[in-house]
Amino acid sequence: MSDLTDLYGEVILDHCKKPRNFRLIPDATHKASGANPLCGDHIQVYLKLDGDKIADIGFLGNGCAISRAAASIMTQELIGKTKLEAEELFRKYHAMVTRDMGKPYEGEDLGKLAIFAGVAEFPVRVKCATLSWHAMEAALKGGATTVSTE
Amino acid sequence: MSGVSAKKEAPAAGSSSRPEPDWAAVRADFPALRQSVRGKPLVYLDNAATSQKPQVVIDALRQYYEQHNANIHRGVHWLSEQATIAYEGVRKKVARFINAPDPRECVFVRGATEGINLVAQTFGRKRIGKGDEIVLSTLEHHSNIVPWQLLCEETGAKIRVIPMNDAGELLMDEYAKLLSPKTKLVAVTHVSNALGTITPIKRIASMAKAAGATVLVDGAQAVPHQPVDVRDIGADFYIFSGHKMCAPTGIGVAWAPLALWNSLPPWQGGGDMISTVSFEKSTWAEVPAKFEAGTPNIEGVVGLGAAIDYLSAICMDRIAAREKILLQAMEAAILRVSGARLVGTAKEKAGVASFVIEGIHPHDIGTIADREGLALRTGHHCAQPVMTRLGLPATARASVAFYNTLEEAAALEAALRKVVEVFGG
Ligand SMILES: Cc1ncc(COP(=O)(O)O)c(C=O)c1O
Repeated sequence: MSDLTDLYGEVILDHCKKPRNFRLIPDATHKASGANPLCGDHIQVYLKLDGDKIADIGFLGNGCAISRAAASIMTQELIGKTKLEAEELFRKYHAMVTRDMGKPYEGEDLGKLAIFAGVAEFPVRVKCATLSWHAMEAALKGGATTVSTE
Repeated sequence: MSGVSAKKEAPAAGSSSRPEPDWAAVRADFPALRQSVRGKPLVYLDNAATSQKPQVVIDALRQYYEQHNANIHRGVHWLSEQATIAYEGVRKKVARFINAPDPRECVFVRGATEGINLVAQTFGRKRIGKGDEIVLSTLEHHSNIVPWQLLCEETGAKIRVIPMNDAGELLMDEYAKLLSPKTKLVAVTHVSNALGTITPIKRIASMAKAAGATVLVDGAQAVPHQPVDVRDIGADFYIFSGHKMCAPTGIGVAWAPLALWNSLPPWQGGGDMISTVSFEKSTWAEVPAKFEAGTPNIEGVVGLGAAIDYLSAICMDRIAAREKILLQAMEAAILRVSGARLVGTAKEKAGVASFVIEGIHPHDIGTIADREGLALRTGHHCAQPVMTRLGLPATARASVAFYNTLEEAAALEAALRKVVEVFGG
């Protein structure tokens, strides 16, 4: 059971059941959707930038516990961060969840995001844990064009 | 030690004169099922995706390479003759297994997907044009949707879809309304891989014929689980994969009456499919060689032959009856779990128990079940229109084969209880 609780820990289950910032931001400056067609997961990420800073972030969508919790916790972690900081955090997070199986996580301190370290033991679930992050990154890159084309 | 003696010649698929097999001994024929996964005995419930292989099939491949390997239809030498005899011998077995009148009608393909594409590219291109209609059903696997969409893009034909009810049964009255002189093809599955529905395929075929349409039946989920008689069904094309019926991957069969095959242009060009070649013009070989260009999957064919012998020795009627009991046990196990409900409750079902658990995503069910040693499938099962119709992003699916056990139904229930427990239910 210990390995299962690595993935389905209390915090993750709590965020799955009560996702934070689970809302549309009507005046978002950036948004993008991410889909995991194989699982039927679908997520929209909304960002409101104030200059270079993420003033607000929210998400909506449908997905498994891991993808919901990952999106929920991502929004909490990114509020107040700059674009650059957000991208850097994704890089570290990605490295953590895709490290070789069986290796403890020895990277930089990722704070609350460290609870996703167990995902590396479940390679097929990596895409669940990174879906919202990919959408966030696409939103930041796409900027206003993504917003207007949707 | 084999649960069945597969050495005998295969009898017709349906004959049920044989005594009830010793199912525990049958199970012991499958080496892959003896494994443990993460310290727990493997409970393999993903048979709709692919079946496990009995030792006789594995041995047949080995024996083929150790004793008979050569290219077929080409050599004058002894070994090539042996390989050709083995290859063509399996064609006869296939014909007997599905009650095809003539072995030449059974074209070897890579699998159901390739078989359907073969029909789309030959029959479809030749007989379906602008303004014509192709009738499919909501239950179709993507492999019986996408080849027709590609054809429609090319020709300007249109797809019409037979709707289904909440139980996963096709609405026959609606089907009747779709048929018209424009209907050139009705392409429908015999058994749904996503919900397990057995479609009323004989009626579907006869209604299509009455409307003047050609009928293609996707038998990928039917042939492994019940006796199939292509003559009785009345289809024009009947297509299935070997790997779901104890044979290796990469081999399947596309059946059609000889006259229909003869009326079609070849598909792929190359060696073995020609009669004479010059740079001005080539003439085609006779069916089935016309549709089997290049060196085929000889080992796959040999393995398919061994699989047919194996299944026939158990008897397809017995397999269907055994799987019915197992499916009922799996469904009952699922329904004992709080918050769980079955998706797909057609009156006629085979092999597949699709389900969801309230508030828990199927993906999470699959991951937690995997930790208990269970192989379940989760997702849309390559049948997205089914999921869309039911308003579900995905389901979890337990699909049985005759070598599963009632104890495994109990293991399924225990694993699903654990899923609910992890989620604090
Ligand atoms: C109903 C049905 N049709 C077609 C296919 C495609 O078979 P294959 O992947 O062997 O070509 C499958 C396999 O998943 C199936 O279940």
